[in-house]
Amino acid sequence: MVAKLRNSYGSGMEPLTYAGQNYMVVDRTLIPEILQVLRNQEQFDYCVDITAVHYPKREKQFDVLWILYSYARNERIRVTTQIRDGESIPSSVPIWTGANWLEREVYDMFGIKFDGHPDMKRILLPDGWKGHPLRKDYGILQQDNEWVQINLGIESGQ
Amino acid sequence: MADQNSSLSHLDLETPEKPFLDANELVINMGPQHPATHGVLRVILRLDGEKVLGLECVIGYLHRGVEKIGEHRTYTMFNPYVDRMDYVAAVSNGLGYCETVEKLLNVEAPPRAQYVRVILTELNRIASHQLWLGTHALDIGAITPLFYTFRDREEILKIYEKYCGARLTTHAFRIGGLQYETYAGFEKDVTNFLDFFRPKIDEYEELLTTNRIWVERTKNVGNISAQDCIALGVTGPVLRASGVKWDLRKAQPYANYKNFDFDIPIGQNGDTYDRYLVRMGEMRQSVRIVQQAINGLPEGPIMAKVPKVMKPAVGEVYHSIEAPKGELGYFIVSDGSTQPYRVRVRPPSFVNLQALDVMCRGQLVADVIAVIGTLDIVLGEVDR
Repeated sequence: MVAKLRNSYGSGMEPLTYAGQNYMVVDRTLIPEILQVLRNQEQFDYCVDITAVHYPKREKQFDVLWILYSYARNERIRVTTQIRDGESIPSSVPIWTGANWLEREVYDMFGIKFDGHPDMKRILLPDGWKGHPLRKDYGILQQDNEWVQINLGIESGQ
Repeated sequence: MADQNSSLSHLDLETPEKPFLDANELVINMGPQHPATHGVLRVILRLDGEKVLGLECVIGYLHRGVEKIGEHRTYTMFNPYVDRMDYVAAVSNGLGYCETVEKLLNVEAPPRAQYVRVILTELNRIASHQLWLGTHALDIGAITPLFYTFRDREEILKIYEKYCGARLTTHAFRIGGLQYETYAGFEKDVTNFLDFFRPKIDEYEELLTTNRIWVERTKNVGNISAQDCIALGVTGPVLRASGVKWDLRKAQPYANYKNFDFDIPIGQNGDTYDRYLVRMGEMRQSVRIVQQAINGLPEGPIMAKVPKVMKPAVGEVYHSIEAPKGELGYFIVSDGSTQPYRVRVRPPSFVNLQALDVMCRGQLVADVIAVIGTLDIVLGEVDR
């Protein structure tokens, strides 16, 4: 499979292994095409998780990753791509319906927008909240004081 | 196994259904403070008369930022926090977390520790299913099962209390194995429980399986097909009740599960009744696994060689286990320091709850309660 993908995408995709787990780092421009291929041709029909990691010191600050599983092959794979702050990424809801909430959570926690998502809004935090807590520059005690004061009627949630 | 190449067009959630009464659509709010939502879940229902046209879940009321906390604690310090996600299956959470960090550290727990882990985790599966059965039956109107299941669940909690001092958020496992050796009489307590519990499952079934009210309230309620389950990423008993024979303990064995002989109960119709039967079957299988583990419990050390200050090499690992609710995964990124750079929890309840909309369409309002119950969600895990 890896060889086949390598043939069609060349240097845009780099297959790697760590601790016995396979993952590939792909170019941002190959999303969602490569996900589509994995779903339709390689039978990765179960999207386990979509998440992100923030590296503030890097030029491309975010890793966005898809954890996929194939029932037919009993195999897991991770697809990782790097994007800049403020850059958006195509939604994979047309590929896996279950990506809906997972992408909303990534948006909520990191502020990464997914293009073409049917309902791109916060999921765990309230709609009016400012800031995205899982960014590294968001302090662990930090909160949206204004929101807390207006909506909860208290000085601080701490 | 479902048809792999099927299109997802049958899951078109935007198509409004034709009203069956000549009435306007009614939007009503359920929760977040509602006894049948099993926590603080808010559901906004779109109704036509009593028929559900669609619904939207509003979650996040219990959000505590567990993943953020994980980035600010050492690997060891974060271990007790994971118990607070799915707090009725704390032991499973701990198993998933410890095994993921062990993968990062490239160590493996010794055989004795693995056996004890399996015993405690499977007892936890029974306890979790008991709590589910009691509350789910209570929601539908059967009060008695709640008393039966809570009475029997107490025996499991007593074993936990004797083993590690805590009943609910146990923090039973450590990275690399176990902190505590089993107490004197542990094997006997567990065996006694199994002998006590085997006839109790039949007792639960006598109350419900052929009970006419139960059957009427659960058969053909909240149906979901295997294709929909896979497209939505639904796992655990919900997936198995739709006919997919998939269990991580068999598909990608972790801990010591490949050494145990057990079956995967599955259903066919993917309705609330089948999910009930699947979970009843799983309790019986858990009893089988615990019995085998007790019989084969090896002697030996309970802790692998793990450094006092854990600094896993730079890298990232995803590992998942079959929790009572479905696939519970941890994705941990290490930057070589004592604290995880990123901890991501893939909660089964969160992903399964997404199916609520699909399962409730076309059902009655009263069935929404049954479907929330049958999904077996824990809001502490949904919101983290």
